[in-house]
Amino acid sequence: MYNLYARWIREGRLKPDSSWNNDLKIKFTVQDPCQIVRKTFGDPAAEDMRLVVKACVGEENFIDMSPNRSNNFCCGGGGGFLQSGFKEERLMYGKTKDEQIQATKAPYCVTGCHNCHAQIHELGEHFGGGYHAVHAWTILGLALGILGESERVHLGEDLQEVNLPESDG
Amino acid sequence: MAKDVIKLSGKRKSTFKDMVMGLLPDGGNLNACLTCGACCSGCPATGFDGMDPRKFLRMAALGMDEAIKESRWPWFCTMCTRCVHVCPMEINIPQLVFNARKLTPRDQVPKGILGSCDMALSKPTNSAMGCSQEDFEFVVGDILDEIKEEYPIWEERNLVAPIDKKGAEFFINQNSREPMIEPEEMGPLWKILNLAGVDWTYGSVGWAAENYCMFMADDDGWKELTQRSAQKCDELGCKTFLNTE
Repeated sequence: MYNLYARWIREGRLKPDSSWNNDLKIKFTVQDPCQIVRKTFGDPAAEDMRLVVKACVGEENFIDMSPNRSNNFCCGGGGGFLQSGFKEERLMYGKTKDEQIQATKAPYCVTGCHNCHAQIHELGEHFGGGYHAVHAWTILGLALGILGESERVHLGEDLQEVNLPESDG
Repeated sequence: MAKDVIKLSGKRKSTFKDMVMGLLPDGGNLNACLTCGACCSGCPATGFDGMDPRKFLRMAALGMDEAIKESRWPWFCTMCTRCVHVCPMEINIPQLVFNARKLTPRDQVPKGILGSCDMALSKPTNSAMGCSQEDFEFVVGDILDEIKEEYPIWEERNLVAPIDKKGAEFFINQNSREPMIEPEEMGPLWKILNLAGVDWTYGSVGWAAENYCMFMADDDGWKELTQRSAQKCDELGCKTFLNTE
């Protein structure tokens, strides 16, 4: 779906504004989902994801993992691992990913895939990195000024009140 | 030279590897391994149970089918295909793994994966978490009401979350985790689609995005779930089947 988010931004149908992060300078990294990037659409999909995230958080606040794009490591949430019951192995598998994320020092990792989201969220808690895993729609919603109070479960304290839309209450 | 060598006895018999090669274009290049080890060095599952991608492939090449069948490693490999990406011979180890999963008797498949597959097959919604259509419709309606109540602007902007809207451009599926565990996570997507002026719909059948039958290499189950979604999409006359990912 990132290719569509990116297209709608290019076409001017969505107008995310990253100015909320001009002073905050909160850093974001991106997990390239194996299924979407390496296995299906290739690097152009990875570029689209970066276009979306940079438009939302500001180019200077985006930090890539290394390696990345088609060369990225799987987080360990794929292939049914999350439901297989092999938790110890799954977390051990995820150590590679955890080290990649921690090396960026970014407190937020945008996860383009549900399995990645669940796994990276757990990795952040398990290995103590404390980073947040956020869906692309969350960060897009934030930059569009439409992300309601109750839609910030995966954001940290620092972003609970940033760019909140006016409510009736 | 070592004196003791592994002797491969007798006539060459058909093996698991030959069977998989018969399924894949160019045989998945499974006979082309240079044993360079690039696959292992970039695989996060290297070393689990003393196994790695190269060793797994070599075991298959040597016809060690029983050992492959008994290995838990195919369930530790996520089939992420990074090994193929770095392989100079583009050897399709993930397909070898996928087919090795098929060697696991159904009653010995990891319970969570089997349960998720069976649950999805038992629900027209395809939900591996067992979400019924009734529950889905209730949750979607409930969240939509909540958003409009808290932010009346969405009433004016006519925020919608349609189910079975005929002729919509996009047929969108949704991971069961949202309606079942984090329903408030659905709102941002609906709002984004509204702002972008997108004509979309969920389906009353096959809206759930997850497919654990695929992960357990149950081809029939995988096909059944995919067909339900695709047929509903066709029936509604939607142009594009869209996954939220």
